Amino acid sequence: MQTLYDKLWDQHLVHTESNAPDSMALLYIDRHLVHEVTSPQAFESLKLAGRKPWRVNSILAVADHNVPTSGRDFGINDPVSRLQVDTLDKNCDELGITEFKMRDVRQGIVHVIGPEQGATLPGMTVVCGDSHTSTHGAFACLAFGIGTSEVEHVLATQCLLTSKSKTMRIAVEGKLGLGVTAKDIALAIIGRIGTAGGTGYAIEFTGDAIRSLSMEGRMTLCNMAIEAGARAGMIAVDDTTIEYIKGRPFAPQGGLWEQAVAYWRTLHSDTDAVFDKTVSLEAAGIRPQVTWGTSPEMVTTIDGCVPDPAGVTDQGKRQNIEQALKYMGLQPNTPIQSIALDKIFIGSCTNSRIEDLRAAAKVIKGRRVASTIKLALVVPGSGLVKQQAEQEGLDKIFTAAGFEWREPGCSMCLAMNDDRLSKGERCASTSNRNFEGRQGPGGRTHLVSPVMAAAAAVAGHFVDVNELDAPRMP
Amino acid sequence: MKHWSVPHSKYLIMDKFQIVTGIVVPLDRANVDTDAIIPKQFLKSIKRTGFGQNLFDEWRYLDHGEPGMDASQRQLNPDFVLNQPRYQSARILLARDNFGCGSSREHAPWALQDYGFKVIIAPSFADIFFNNCFKIGLLPIVLNGNILDQLFREVNETEGYTLTVDLQEQVLTTPAGERVEFSVDTFRKHCLLNGLDDIGLTLQHADKIREFEQKRRKQQPWLFV
Repeated sequence: MQTLYDKLWDQHLVHTESNAPDSMALLYIDRHLVHEVTSPQAFESLKLAGRKPWRVNSILAVADHNVPTSGRDFGINDPVSRLQVDTLDKNCDELGITEFKMRDVRQGIVHVIGPEQGATLPGMTVVCGDSHTSTHGAFACLAFGIGTSEVEHVLATQCLLTSKSKTMRIAVEGKLGLGVTAKDIALAIIGRIGTAGGTGYAIEFTGDAIRSLSMEGRMTLCNMAIEAGARAGMIAVDDTTIEYIKGRPFAPQGGLWEQAVAYWRTLHSDTDAVFDKTVSLEAAGIRPQVTWGTSPEMVTTIDGCVPDPAGVTDQGKRQNIEQALKYMGLQPNTPIQSIALDKIFIGSCTNSRIEDLRAAAKVIKGRRVASTIKLALVVPGSGLVKQQAEQEGLDKIFTAAGFEWREPGCSMCLAMNDDRLSKGERCASTSNRNFEGRQGPGGRTHLVSPVMAAAAAVAGHFVDVNELDAPRMP
Repeated sequence: MKHWSVPHSKYLIMDKFQIVTGIVVPLDRANVDTDAIIPKQFLKSIKRTGFGQNLFDEWRYLDHGEPGMDASQRQLNPDFVLNQPRYQSARILLARDNFGCGSSREHAPWALQDYGFKVIIAPSFADIFFNNCFKIGLLPIVLNGNILDQLFREVNETEGYTLTVDLQEQVLTTPAGERVEFSVDTFRKHCLLNGLDDIGLTLQHADKIREFEQKRRKQQPWLFV
């Protein structure tokens, strides 16, 4: 009896020297996603060694980290960013790799466009030189982030040299409360097991609270598996998965579709499969989450307070909290709801899909961004998400409220383009990392869900989205 | 090991990992993430080299760093441990739990190596960072917390403190002659000691990969459309 992870592993195992734990194995890779930041050195070395990609049509490339989210018709201002994007274009053109270029409507964040195009399919191994590749596990894929040397290895051999992970089941049972989202589940889990809690594990999320999530929600959750230290997160196939994939450009059609679906239906853990570790959470107990520190595990609920390091006995932990509070400019015991914000960011590979934008727009509709907020940004995850949102009139709702409506890309999640925080600025962000300097040097990030970011934009400070009482204009 | 271990000049790529004796610098902080190791503005480079001067940039300098700045003209943060005179030319970094967490950027190990580090010792590492280190010939060593506490203490107390790391024997030796054993995956050790290129090694299995691919094409044809 096997876990989903075991099934995926066995399906892709090309060669192994021994069955001993930690022994290195060659795993076949079905889908290789490529972006501009972690690939140039891999392409260069590949060429220097006189090698070529093993299977060109397994690769899908897109520039997302460096692209500007406004004024695209003028190209990329920063010459260093421009060179990196041009280098990707050149490499892809030379080698015949499918790439969605910057002005292509299909361009977007690599972890948004893979599933959107049906390029991510159940049962695949998916790799990308990006840690948030765990996102694709939402489709019962074995998906993980790799370094540049590994990008080159996969290009050259279609295989990854890796060792088997341990398995962890995280079961979330029951029904989520109003205003509680997949992002809150993810942050609650990280708060519980810590940012190293999943190190060495592949996590499978199970339970009725998970099954009731949309594919967008499942992607949010698997996306954050890496923030719990796990290289991979995954969820079994069900009707929701299959419905999402049907009719997408890269998805199988006709007879192949039926054949694929029959196989996909087997992609779940057997009922008596044994996991190395199990963690259980009650969905009803999860409240909207807000991070207060410089690691995603430094998180509490909207009704909570910033912790007081004085009460922490472990010296290492106390120092961590003190360092985080100093960086974040927060006093111990400050109620989360009293923290005022400067900027709002709705976007990133965690929360920039159509459902995220719809949920945030629902909160924003007829309301105004607080006058104390300097900038509120919505950055859709792809050109197609943007187009869909515009067809639904979501862009009008955001801009009428005072949000800026931008072009797709990674944007202020990691501030490699011009969208960033200035020193000391405080941001409610739907992204995935609140590390020091992540959104700009000296910037202060609080991770939240899209609805909580929207509510914070209206109130000017954190507030439970269920208690937001700002009136709506007709 | 028979299939992996064909040390042929064709597969040599990294410098062979020799016995390392070097000054140890203590970075007494848990969860050091890859954004801290090498901030994102330096990831725009399309090269593998030159990242050392921007290692820990936001902690190491008082001014804000951007690509292309002359490091010798920048203002060092005298409080940051790497800048203290006693730790100059350090080759071994002592770190705390979950070192290298965050992104998959190989620029982080590149920066550590370019700065001059050969060995990183911590109680735990993030998975992707850990893998990336081996790929470039940087050795991450996992030691348990108590031994690490002792090493932190000794480094702090003794100026010029060095460790000797012998990968072949899987032992590190303190100045007092105390020997501490560590474990390392056999295949990775072999690659490091011999400076092997694992792409070359994998391609020795090219027939096996092709065979696997043919089988897969038959069983799951929709993956090859």
